[in-house]
Amino acid sequence: MERIAIVGAGLAGLNAAQEFRRLGHDGELVMIGAEPYRPYRRPPLSKEYLVGKDVDLELPGADETAATWLLGQPATGLDLAVRRVLRGPADPVHFDHLVIATGVRARTLPEVRPMPGMITLRGLNDTLALRTALDRASRVVVAGAGFVGSEVAASLRALDVPVTLVEPDAVPLRRPLGDQVGALVADLHRAHGVDLRLGRWVKAVSGAGKVERVLLDDGTVIPADVLVVALGAQPEVEWLRDSGLLLDGGVVVGDDGLAAAGVAAAGDVACWPHPLLGGRLIRVEHYTNAVEQGSYAARAVLGVTEGFAPVPSFWCHLYDRRLQSVGFTGTGYDVSVVSSQPDGRFLVEYRDADRVVGAVTAGHIRELPRYRAMIAAQYATPNRLTGITGS
Amino acid sequence: MRVRVDMTTCETHAQCVFAAPDVFSLDDNDELVYDANPDDSLRAAVEQAVKTCPVHAIFIEGT
Repeated sequence: MERIAIVGAGLAGLNAAQEFRRLGHDGELVMIGAEPYRPYRRPPLSKEYLVGKDVDLELPGADETAATWLLGQPATGLDLAVRRVLRGPADPVHFDHLVIATGVRARTLPEVRPMPGMITLRGLNDTLALRTALDRASRVVVAGAGFVGSEVAASLRALDVPVTLVEPDAVPLRRPLGDQVGALVADLHRAHGVDLRLGRWVKAVSGAGKVERVLLDDGTVIPADVLVVALGAQPEVEWLRDSGLLLDGGVVVGDDGLAAAGVAAAGDVACWPHPLLGGRLIRVEHYTNAVEQGSYAARAVLGVTEGFAPVPSFWCHLYDRRLQSVGFTGTGYDVSVVSSQPDGRFLVEYRDADRVVGAVTAGHIRELPRYRAMIAAQYATPNRLTGITGS
Repeated sequence: MRVRVDMTTCETHAQCVFAAPDVFSLDDNDELVYDANPDDSLRAAVEQAVKTCPVHAIFIEGT
């Protein structure tokens, strides 16, 4: 009986497990997770769960996979020669097939020693720690105004907690969404009472055994009890350093979805040559990608591959607005504002040369399916920019 | 087949519209509307919509 190991018991890992069962795998499925939890939903951690709403985080379907759950002990190594996942002092796990879905970890502040009151946000325990810390917080500094930092700032303002949001770039979300959308997000933050410091970064933290003051690069000292570090994430690949797998800003998988024979990778940790980008390697940290690539990884391992050319999509809740996207967005593309209303609704297009590759909106969600279809259709037609032909 | 969306849970992330545009769509107010009795030939697309819904608001009822 063949044994399949899935390292990473999150959304991508769960979807891989479900797809293995759907395709008829009736051997053992072993789920190896660093956290002590079965798969759960992360998006609410910076939104409604952070503000204390009663939210069911459980991802349905875990029981039906009839998997063996090895939780609370991270994988520490991979020996492909003998096909074993190492787990520190715990027993290694032998496998016939493997899916790597270890996700990402939050980046920390360089050169700043951790101390009580400094919190990164990635997992359930982080949000629980932040919720506890908020009970006695008179001001919170959030370092980084990306997706997580911006959502945390918005959630804290909903609780009426004073927030200073420190962003090294010229506007929030500039790299993923560009200057125009970043400026709109900056306006949103200010309109909701956020003390927004752009072009600044956190240089040091001080206090008597806990966070009391946050020092910025320009010498500004901000009295605060909590510092949330939201400076993005990095792929969880340290355990694969000696595995022989190709690591290039993530676990690299080929056109066939595989990183090595019988070994696939999926979700936040995986990068792959995207057909819509002429085969350029990309890594996508969005929810839907973990669902789709998790399933795809299972099919890849079992040799059922049909190419993987998803149109990425994200959402971000900010105050009474929700930003949503389809396709490829960011500073690398030409941005044109299709519409922008005084009430904060907008629609923005992203182009690569004259080809529309993405769109972001607040308040015009019904425009997105049309954009998505247009972007997806480019996979089925010869790509003028790159000369590739989709299948 | 029969489809039900829990509209108190739905947050209009529109992932179902992407997965199964013949079943789910958005009206002029960005509210979700859907065909509760789609043809069986659309089952794979609806199953994909169920999987990608981030708030798990979509249910296929019966068999």
